[in-house]
Amino acid sequence: MPRLEFGVEQLRERALLVRRDIVTLLAHSQSGHSGGPLSCADFGAVLFFHEMNLTPDRPNAIDRDLWHFSIGHVTPVIYSLMAERGYFPLRDLLLFRKYEGHLQGHPSKHDTPGIDVSSGSLGQGLSVCCGMALGSRMDGASRRVYCVMGDGEQQEGQIWEASMFAAHYKLDNLCAVIDYNRKQIDGDVQDVMGIAPLGDKWRAFGWHVIEIDGHDIAGILEAFAQARRTKGKPSVILAHTVMGKGVSYMEDDYRWHGVPPTKDQAEKALRELGTSLDDWTNRLRGHDTSAVAPSANGAS
Amino acid sequence: MSQATPAPPPASGAPPSLAKPEMKKTREGFGHGLVELGERDPNVVVLVGDLSGSTNVSFFGERFPDRFIQVGIAEQNMMCVAAGLAAVGKIPFLATYGAFASCRSADQMRVTVAYSDLPVKIGGAHGGISVGPDGATHQAMEEIAIVRSIPNMRMVVPCDYWETKKATLAIAADRHPYYLRFGRESVPVVTTPDTPFTIGKANVLREGKDLAIIACGVMVYEALVAAEQLAQRGIQARVVNIHTLKPLDEEAIIRAARECRAIVTAEEHQIHGGLGGAVAEVVVRHHPVPMEFVAVHDRFGRSGKQEELMAAFGIKSPDVVRAADRVVARRESKR
Repeated sequence: MPRLEFGVEQLRERALLVRRDIVTLLAHSQSGHSGGPLSCADFGAVLFFHEMNLTPDRPNAIDRDLWHFSIGHVTPVIYSLMAERGYFPLRDLLLFRKYEGHLQGHPSKHDTPGIDVSSGSLGQGLSVCCGMALGSRMDGASRRVYCVMGDGEQQEGQIWEASMFAAHYKLDNLCAVIDYNRKQIDGDVQDVMGIAPLGDKWRAFGWHVIEIDGHDIAGILEAFAQARRTKGKPSVILAHTVMGKGVSYMEDDYRWHGVPPTKDQAEKALRELGTSLDDWTNRLRGHDTSAVAPSANGAS
Repeated sequence: MSQATPAPPPASGAPPSLAKPEMKKTREGFGHGLVELGERDPNVVVLVGDLSGSTNVSFFGERFPDRFIQVGIAEQNMMCVAAGLAAVGKIPFLATYGAFASCRSADQMRVTVAYSDLPVKIGGAHGGISVGPDGATHQAMEEIAIVRSIPNMRMVVPCDYWETKKATLAIAADRHPYYLRFGRESVPVVTTPDTPFTIGKANVLREGKDLAIIACGVMVYEALVAAEQLAQRGIQARVVNIHTLKPLDEEAIIRAARECRAIVTAEEHQIHGGLGGAVAEVVVRHHPVPMEFVAVHDRFGRSGKQEELMAAFGIKSPDVVRAADRVVARRESKR
């Protein structure tokens, strides 16, 4: 079943699994980004477990929807979503950023099955997705293309080159999501380099703009459905999120952009998320599958 | 050089003359190659950054408008759109001036195209100083250094119309990213439609045992003229056309070092990081011999005619002759 179409409750459960994975893999790697991955977890779960037609058993095939994270640094959420969806074993997450693993700090096409195009240098992903969307339309393929961008990333000039291109070519098979968590490495986005009014900018560039609470599963589902229905122009979802969402001490604090939790901090975070570092590590290792609380489904 | 194949077209098929060479534009070779590719393979698409006419991709655009993508003045976007097209099975060629293709979108070439090893074919037009009157900003003289240093990238610098056309066809058939460097002005035709072209395989255009002149691009002609002049003084120079800068034909270079015992490299490019450096990396490792470098010596270009500039920058055939005399003298003094 390439498109899972999970319901709201199941998606909430998936997002919770993903948050536990993120904290656990960061606790083991002791390197990587915490804030952004946690803010992406809810719409990420909707993309991977409802919206997109995926073929994890044939990661290189392209008779499916395409997705690309232009914000390559949110690999903890990307890899968790991929592993939970069956692209590779969950235990691989424990080797995140390690030499012996295949999960690079930023997504690498030739290291990780299922990554279509490498990313990491900000501002390039929307252009890549424009190419994917235009190429798909040339072939008469029904596939849709999903691009995840950051809000700080909107400061890159190339984003606006791509924005112009997508509207010019009326790429309505392209849907972008902006993780609008209002934080970047150096502080609040509005202080570092203001991007507001972001929705107006995208509208002025010819896009259909949908603004939502990026943690409201029902709202996210409706936003993707609306993007699907929108013809003649590309859609962008401004997902208003909270950096570090789900871990009290990380929430809305820019200092968690690019650092991992210590083991103790991870333990505290995982307690808030209803598990422990040992339990969740064992679950990832495959030693204890009972830790998978959410409802039984073919995908887990 | 010619294979025993059916008689080639009269004008271009005749043995190239050095004194009165036929003049043709390499960019037309690119344009004509693309049209041929378009007929062969429906997956070939062409992107351009507002330079359809001057890069000659307009030939393709007129023939295959549905596969011709105008990107506007946005080279960074163009490089990554091409990557996305490659990811869904297209064979994208993009065209802009080499100054922009190699520098303006270098990060996109490195991170999105090369790191992903996607089959994007970058057409860097107006390479070298051939853009002439436009001056330094538009004269590309750093592409070899930039492109060659990026893993997974391949690079071809053809010497004339025919070689550019053949290279355009050949790089489309390979599943890796390529940078093709060609020029603006008409340049002497030194190969024929039948001259073999294999990526990564250098062509010896003239035999000789006294020294080897290893050249690429328009400097192949200058090397042949220089070799002719040297021959009049009894110095027999081998002329090696290294059209593929990466992967480099190390075997041909080592053979030249061993058999000719002195090497001059000639390129329309900065001396740092270009063909000369690439050849030297091979020579010092395998068979050290004296070398001299004909190249642009760490300076920006300026406005002028191509011929004037080549003379002013020291990359015409007399410069190659002088370098040959120097390198032979250095070798002899060591005996």
